[in-house]
Amino acid sequence: MLEIKNLHVKLEEEDKQILKGVDLTVEAGKVHAIMGPNGSGKSTLSYVLSGRGGYEVTDGEASLLGEDILDMDPEERAAAGVFLAFQYPVEIPGVGNMTFMRTAVNAQRKARGEEEMSSAEFLKVVREKAKEMQIDAEMLKRPVNVGFSGGEKKRNEILQMAMLAPKLCIMDETDSGLDVDAMKLVAKGVNALRSPDRGFLVITHYQRLLDHIQPDVVHIMSDGRIVKTGGPELALEVEKNGYTDILKENA
Amino acid sequence: MALPQAKQDATDARLAALDLPVQGGWTRAARADALSRLTSMGLPGNRDEYWRFTRPGDLNAVQPATAEPMDESDEAPLYADIDALKLVFRDGVFDAEASDALEMEGIEIARLAEVQEADIHWARDLYGQLEARGQDPVDRPFAALNTAFATDGILIRATGKAAKPISIVYVHERADSDPILHHAVKVEAGAEVTLLEGGAVGARFNTALEADVADTGKLHHVRAQGRNRQRVANTHTFARLGAEAVFKSFTLTLNGALTRNEHIVELKGDDAVAHVAGAAIGDGKVAPMHHDDTVFVTHDAVNCESRQVFKKVLKNGALGVFQGKILVKPQAQKTDGYQISQSLLLDEDSQFLAKPELEIYADDVACSHGSTTGAIDEDMLFYLRARGVPERRATDLLVLAFLAETLAEIEDDGIAESLRQRLENWLDRHAD
Repeated sequence: MLEIKNLHVKLEEEDKQILKGVDLTVEAGKVHAIMGPNGSGKSTLSYVLSGRGGYEVTDGEASLLGEDILDMDPEERAAAGVFLAFQYPVEIPGVGNMTFMRTAVNAQRKARGEEEMSSAEFLKVVREKAKEMQIDAEMLKRPVNVGFSGGEKKRNEILQMAMLAPKLCIMDETDSGLDVDAMKLVAKGVNALRSPDRGFLVITHYQRLLDHIQPDVVHIMSDGRIVKTGGPELALEVEKNGYTDILKENA
Repeated sequence: MALPQAKQDATDARLAALDLPVQGGWTRAARADALSRLTSMGLPGNRDEYWRFTRPGDLNAVQPATAEPMDESDEAPLYADIDALKLVFRDGVFDAEASDALEMEGIEIARLAEVQEADIHWARDLYGQLEARGQDPVDRPFAALNTAFATDGILIRATGKAAKPISIVYVHERADSDPILHHAVKVEAGAEVTLLEGGAVGARFNTALEADVADTGKLHHVRAQGRNRQRVANTHTFARLGAEAVFKSFTLTLNGALTRNEHIVELKGDDAVAHVAGAAIGDGKVAPMHHDDTVFVTHDAVNCESRQVFKKVLKNGALGVFQGKILVKPQAQKTDGYQISQSLLLDEDSQFLAKPELEIYADDVACSHGSTTGAIDEDMLFYLRARGVPERRATDLLVLAFLAETLAEIEDDGIAESLRQRLENWLDRHAD
């Protein structure tokens, strides 16, 4: 589903190489986790895949279902099925959460040549899915993420994921700032979305999120490269021994 | 004191081209006084303190520059869903046929041009009076010119709660029209009325509204200016509030080669509330866009509240000006004054100039003010785009969100929605 080959990325504004040849394949139906120390390039990878400005791809490629995504605008990637659950969901005063989600859903549908969702249909679906994420009507009415707690923001991300039904879900440190109960709730929402035609790329520092979202494959990223790939046991090893041993053996 | 020669010449030339509309009637004294105020202060010059950001040349000119009227049939009429008493002016000339009858329960309505020859009228105590008060401490020559030379206007006296809003509809048809209109509203104690204004008044125009809101009276004023982008406009809103009176004024401005909207508000009775707000959006691509909000709020009583909320969205070299002042007199204790002016610049060619001023002589007051200038927030834009919202639409959503705070100042949701729709239409028309 997602094919990344030899991806090299530097910051646009300064001469600093962040990704130094990332190779990664995420198959449909699978959950891949990326772990790694601070500054290893995990978040950069998520931004580059979703099309955030400020980065320059100097080499390599990335495609989703055979389609090159690196030349697409962020909105085109979204319509093609890329979804990034933000580490820090952005507050947008003045834009209602509901208006935002309906605009997004219908913009994607329009871009794909599908029929737009009517207000009534949208309302029905969003209420249903919001209930599962324990998001009340009040939160739907409020401006996007404004006045939301850390947990509410992350739940709102998962609600958007559910509404947009993407093909590739990239989750950037979704566990940061969450207590155990909130993490369970988020994990439940993510697990409900697991399906044979959807891939997940879960970026995290810690094993604990992976207790709730069971990965199929775990990658360790360091200094802009994936240095080790293994099964779920790799995450446990990190939890127990830290990154130092793994990085040493790959040095 | 003699005027500088350039001022004297400009004033003489302008006055020579104007005729006092009437020589008799109850407005005669007010017009004569205004004319003498004008001749002693002269028309503004580029170096006058309150005209440094907005050059007065196009307003001073003897003849207006031509401004083509615009076809507005591509959108629904303003306030289409609002049941209102409609009064239509075409290039400043009243259109009786297109207007409703001047009658409503609890309200006296008359036209200045129709009643000004009478010996006596209730508006005699108002016409030109607030304008004259508003000349101190800042000269407002065009307001004096308005009082002296206004050819028509609506005189409203509310003695009860108006059954529906009064809507003044302006239609611009001639490329060289130069109307001067003067409205006066007297809201008696406990009375309440909503005044709507909408449309393009003329090629160049000078309008004044004097609003005297007595104790516990309420006046809601909502105005939409546009779409004739070549227009040159100077408007003045003078308000005086009695005890527990409420005055709320909102203006939406779309484009405009030159628009200067002045608000002069005086809180004279304790516990009065005055809110003035404005949203302006301009694209300098086809014609220049220059928008100026000049506000002066005077607190002269105890425990009054004032709010100034002005926001501008500017693109393609559009220029915005905000000059807002709060003056708190020594006896105006417990004043709650607030002022915010913000601009959203959509490119590097656009500009916003702000001059907030506070002058406080009382010691137990809360006054806050702020002014910001910024671009579209890149993080917000990316968040929206990452969810699939195309860049254009995402920018529009952020523009509407930015202006939403000003629209929230309008009490009536239906009226606010009507203006929000105008903004959406504007954004659609200026997509590139």
